[in-house]
Amino acid sequence: MTAQTEAAQAPDLLYSEAEEDLRSAVRSLLADRADAPTVIAGIESDTPYDLRLWESLAAGIGAAGLLVPEKLGGQGATHREAAVVLEELGRSVAPAPFLTSAVVATEILLALGAQDGPAAELLGELASGRRTAVLALPFATPPADGAGAMTGTLERTVTGVAEAAAADVLLVPTAEGLYAVEAGADGVTVEPLVALDLTRPLATVTLAGATGTRLAEAGPAAEAVGRGLLAGAGLLASEQLGLAEWCLTETVRHTRERHQFNRPVGSFQSLKHRMAQLWLEVVSARAAARNAADALATGSPDAPLAVAVAQAYCSRVAVHAAEECVQLHGGIGMTWEHPAHLYLKRAKADSIAYGTAGRHRASVAGLVELPAP
Amino acid sequence: MSTAIDAAQIRGLTQELLAAHPPATTGRADFLAARFDAGLAWVHYPVGLGGLDAPRSLQPVVDAELAAADAPDNDPRRIGIGLGMAAPTILGYGTEEQKARFLRPLWIGEEVWCQLFSEPGAGSDLAALGTRAVRDGDDWVVDGQKVWTSSAHVARWAILIARTDPDVPKHRGISYFICDMTDPGVEVRPLRQITGEAEFNEVFLTGVRIPDSRRLGPVGDGWKVAQTTLMNERVSIGGARIPREGGMIGTVAKTWREQPALRTHDLHQRLLTLWVEAEVARLTGERLRQQLVAGQPGPEGSGMKLAFARLNQEISGLEVELLGDEGLLYGDWTMRRPELVDFTGRDAGYRYLRSKGNSIEGGTSEVLLNIVAERVLGLPVEPRNDKDVAWKDLAR
Repeated sequence: MTAQTEAAQAPDLLYSEAEEDLRSAVRSLLADRADAPTVIAGIESDTPYDLRLWESLAAGIGAAGLLVPEKLGGQGATHREAAVVLEELGRSVAPAPFLTSAVVATEILLALGAQDGPAAELLGELASGRRTAVLALPFATPPADGAGAMTGTLERTVTGVAEAAAADVLLVPTAEGLYAVEAGADGVTVEPLVALDLTRPLATVTLAGATGTRLAEAGPAAEAVGRGLLAGAGLLASEQLGLAEWCLTETVRHTRERHQFNRPVGSFQSLKHRMAQLWLEVVSARAAARNAADALATGSPDAPLAVAVAQAYCSRVAVHAAEECVQLHGGIGMTWEHPAHLYLKRAKADSIAYGTAGRHRASVAGLVELPAP
Repeated sequence: MSTAIDAAQIRGLTQELLAAHPPATTGRADFLAARFDAGLAWVHYPVGLGGLDAPRSLQPVVDAELAAADAPDNDPRRIGIGLGMAAPTILGYGTEEQKARFLRPLWIGEEVWCQLFSEPGAGSDLAALGTRAVRDGDDWVVDGQKVWTSSAHVARWAILIARTDPDVPKHRGISYFICDMTDPGVEVRPLRQITGEAEFNEVFLTGVRIPDSRRLGPVGDGWKVAQTTLMNERVSIGGARIPREGGMIGTVAKTWREQPALRTHDLHQRLLTLWVEAEVARLTGERLRQQLVAGQPGPEGSGMKLAFARLNQEISGLEVELLGDEGLLYGDWTMRRPELVDFTGRDAGYRYLRSKGNSIEGGTSEVLLNIVAERVLGLPVEPRNDKDVAWKDLAR
């Protein structure tokens, strides 16, 4: 193998200049419009989503259409750019239906390959941010269960659907194929649940006598749903990375400023070592998350393994970072006013979303031939 | 950087070297000497000293061309201390004469180097060292004991730090020397380790005379010079690309695949967790390599040693358990004197025991965590009581 072909096959784990520009735009928008007090005030109001924030993110920055080709109304970017947006959303834990609508639902519609018709039309609407869609499966569904989801009929109840309450369209898998069902149509009930993660609402979706538009037959739909869940799981790692980074940065800031025993608590070696360890985990999570994003972006055959590795690793890092953040903030970390709890709740929920670390390790076992006894 | 040399030019020079000295018909030493003289040894070094004053990021271009042509390498594992530690220090602090005398045979591998830093009473607290160097005319007379010296039994030269002024605080009274290992008064004794091998040495220095012309940097400023050495100790990562399952995880994964009878559910979960962590560590190293090539070195290097030490220990521990009955055995307790450090060779028991050193040698994991906390995260240093006290007045 020559150096050139080896280089061509290696994943690009860095950030491009365009990606850094996108990051700056998203970060400054979120700093302006979704700082911690705003997010806390928002989750206590009746409308968890700040629709104007989503409009700015979706239409102003073009985030909603990143994965959609330009001829279908999108930005024609890749999963690498979408991952950068998710890093920033993880850093701010702002409620925004980016992951569920602009990544998972969008990826499913893209995988159907329609250039016109209802799927292409819906893609254009999602890309513009005018409407949002969610996949009507429990948020915990791992990519490996995507194919198995193609059962039953449009008469069904699905519980734990992330961001369904704000969605305009539900993508419903059935034995007959994949349907697009208008959330506001007759026979559709979306009942909000009280979720552990206050910044990403869950709902129970009940379809009774509802009708929808069939977008694809069961076979291609199964593949598309699996692909959507794979993209969701893979890019969730970037959200977890951004979240963990925020937790580390804030913990370092706090322990440098907070004095006890007549010195900054951050000067105690036992605490320094915990933060240094966390830094190493965050650095490693970045490599894993970038690898997953790049594998999805390039359509690498390695993508299922890259995603499983990233999820098996990054979800634990995010939870660890959030738990350390609460602990090292001391009593302040246990209060409602301090945003640490938002990050702990998001991190723990994220560790279940699109499959737990254990489910992803089981995928790794299959993919690299390390079978169970 | 005086001349902006680019990748295409470097590739051209490498091809010229290969054309003038075809690896198939040129002796190993001759090829390495020609490569050094062509400035393709370490391209970021000055012209005449094995380099071209080129950006460091162009080195992989040379390495890839030479690897593709199956050119001999200079065995970086055997001469790692010279390459990674002595050379950058000599380059940074040596006189022109010192650079001209030492760098070429060092790089070609004609002269092996070792490092006389650690002492029985000064390991992690390296600046507490007590080996004395006393001025006598044009010479320094050195007395003391060093320890954990790998390669001392094969080394021609050593980088040495010794105390030249006990009346000032410990960091200030140290000077840095180049010690001739063949001089009278230098005694190397094998230090047998946990594995049964004697890969390291104790070195006793008794009335060793070192000419002042072999001092590196100003008298009393040796600690600053030593920082250059230590900073470079862990930077050498980033050259080669490691394949998936390239480290210790590959051995245990192979055993898992080949011996189904050994599998248990508990070991399966632990194996998968470590497999994922090893893959992520590999990707982190790859990302660091890409940053270096792109000319944006990050602080990640300081973290990689921490990660590999922990992983090597956990994976080799798992391997011994996985092997069960065989894990109860040990290959050979005969004392050997290996020339190379070998983390992954021999059997599972050896790997398990040898890996215990990974979190101690080259800076303990605890010291590295402090470095990350203070230099990367900017956390405050712990209060200390040895900064303004003369070395001779410190409790020992």
